[in-house]
Amino acid sequence: MSIRLIIDIAKTLLMARLGQTLVAAIGVTFGITMFISLVSFMTGLNELLDGLILNRTPHIRLYNEIEPSEVQPIEYTEKHKDAIHYIHSIKPKNTGREIYNSLAIIDALKKDKNISGIAPKVTTQVFYQSGIIDINGTIFGIDVAAEQQLFFFNDYMIEGDPRDLENIENSIVLGKGVAEKMLVDIGDRIQVTSTEGKVMSLKVVGYFQLGVAEVDDVQSYTSLETAQKIMGKPKSYITDIQIKLLDMEKAAGLARQYKSMFGTDAIDIKTANTQFETGSSIRNIITYSVSITLLIVAGFGIYNILNMMIYEKMDSIAIMKATGFSGSDVKKIFLSLSMIIGVSGGLAGLICGFIGSVIIDQIPFETSSLPTVKTFPVNYNPVYYLIGILFSLSTTYISGFFPARKASKVDPVVIIRGK
Amino acid sequence: MKHLLETKNINKYFHDPTTVHVLTDVSITIDKGEFVSIIGRSGSGKSTLLYILSTMDTDFEGELYLDGESMRNRSNEELARVRNEKIGFVFQFHYLLPEFTVLKNVMLPGLKLKRYSDKEVEEIAMNKLRELGIEKLAHRNAAMISGGEKQRVAIARALINDPLIIMCDEPTGNLDKRNSEIVFEIFQRLVYERGQSILVVTHDADFASRTDRIIEMEDGKIIGDRELKER
Repeated sequence: MSIRLIIDIAKTLLMARLGQTLVAAIGVTFGITMFISLVSFMTGLNELLDGLILNRTPHIRLYNEIEPSEVQPIEYTEKHKDAIHYIHSIKPKNTGREIYNSLAIIDALKKDKNISGIAPKVTTQVFYQSGIIDINGTIFGIDVAAEQQLFFFNDYMIEGDPRDLENIENSIVLGKGVAEKMLVDIGDRIQVTSTEGKVMSLKVVGYFQLGVAEVDDVQSYTSLETAQKIMGKPKSYITDIQIKLLDMEKAAGLARQYKSMFGTDAIDIKTANTQFETGSSIRNIITYSVSITLLIVAGFGIYNILNMMIYEKMDSIAIMKATGFSGSDVKKIFLSLSMIIGVSGGLAGLICGFIGSVIIDQIPFETSSLPTVKTFPVNYNPVYYLIGILFSLSTTYISGFFPARKASKVDPVVIIRGK
Repeated sequence: MKHLLETKNINKYFHDPTTVHVLTDVSITIDKGEFVSIIGRSGSGKSTLLYILSTMDTDFEGELYLDGESMRNRSNEELARVRNEKIGFVFQFHYLLPEFTVLKNVMLPGLKLKRYSDKEVEEIAMNKLRELGIEKLAHRNAAMISGGEKQRVAIARALINDPLIIMCDEPTGNLDKRNSEIVFEIFQRLVYERGQSILVVTHDADFASRTDRIIEMEDGKIIGDRELKER
């Protein structure tokens, strides 16, 4: 039997019961709307929260830990080779925090196919001088372009342009807390003293805020060159190499590999933030279980309404069978009935879900940790819309299947003689 | 000669709640162009026989031939097609699809058969309605017309695929005298003008006496089979 005739009959049956049909379709629409808005919002929030960590943390960080030599001099002598060594008062080696041969390492990393970006960094302790008071602080010398690409540095700038760090010589971007303590504005000059006692005058070109007071109160950014100048070190002096990978999951393995390959220390993101993944996956589980519950409830609604409809239509089913419609025709008619509800309800749900997400996207959401975020975060990933429509189709198919099968098994003789 | 409809020793039992032998060795033949009525008291098994003949009830013993072909061991799909193509039904309680228009009700078996295009089926359906004098009802909703009109629509629907035989279960059982008369006249016209075969199950002796042949049943057995008119 032609699909067109089946759909035509199904449509007529639906139109005759417009109220019921609408209730069933609205059930689906509601489920899908909630699914879309909820998932978009929850994943948006998830991404934001994950981003707080992910965007600021390199997948792998290469650095030099200050630690004692693993091999002590006594072990080099043949004479005491088989003896047990007791060594007292071991002190860390004076290697400093510099990564040796950093330029060669960066060149090697640039050829690695697993890596999406590299940002070198110089970390140094300083004192900010404000009048007669010295404020303890840390300066990160960064490659502005790389930092921007990897860690979205711009998102944390509340005033000023990070590119000025490279365009203006001897410039600095202060943490908001530091700036407030020192009562300086953009354009003012401040004095910093390095741990070696060298004093430098730097021009303030902006403020940033991470929303973590202990960071904002001590930290500042300068360009790599400025940081190297403060420390009186050459251009190759780098203390950290921050690496972002194409696939974050490989971080732990690659960290071990780089550690042995380059002779530096290496730490991967999961080791650095163990709590991060747990929170993120639990939030995902909550989102999906709530959405699926909504859709299952909608599915039961359709099942009930179709079941009811079939009892109402017993006579019609009997007469269709008597006049030559087979059981499978009847089944197809009732299945398409259900699918029409699923498709129309689902599509309406996608539209309402989109509208819902747009509305959520307008709700003000101020957070000090993300100065660029003004409203609730929403993730408009089309994948959720695909999942939504697929789910609405599969729920309506399943909830239509059993009533349809029941309809196909109606014995016309019983109905017609039963009168 | 090939009979239009033939049964050989049909036996039928109901098993619920206890086993009852409802039809015993029923063997009948019906030929093309016959206007036959089956009469009997209620419980005589006449309706049961009709539903076996109509292929809707397949739970019986014996042989059933329609147009020379055995109807045993056929799939439901095949039987549905046989009903669609070769049998027209008229029931006591009209049984139109209340959601559809009169015209659509008549058309549906034709659309299902797909022997003609949708346009042609519509034309044929209109012709049938015109023939039965109810073409003005074509676009009315099937639930909104009177009982006598519904029965005429049901006859038009039974005719849509030019069936070999029309089977009726108490076609006038629910109609008043005037409408019964109209229905009978339509049947008569179909038989004499077009050679349509019609099988009617009824307990209306008056109606039966005006058909060509009466098969009388009692307690699941055929107790009489008489020709009333010479053809």
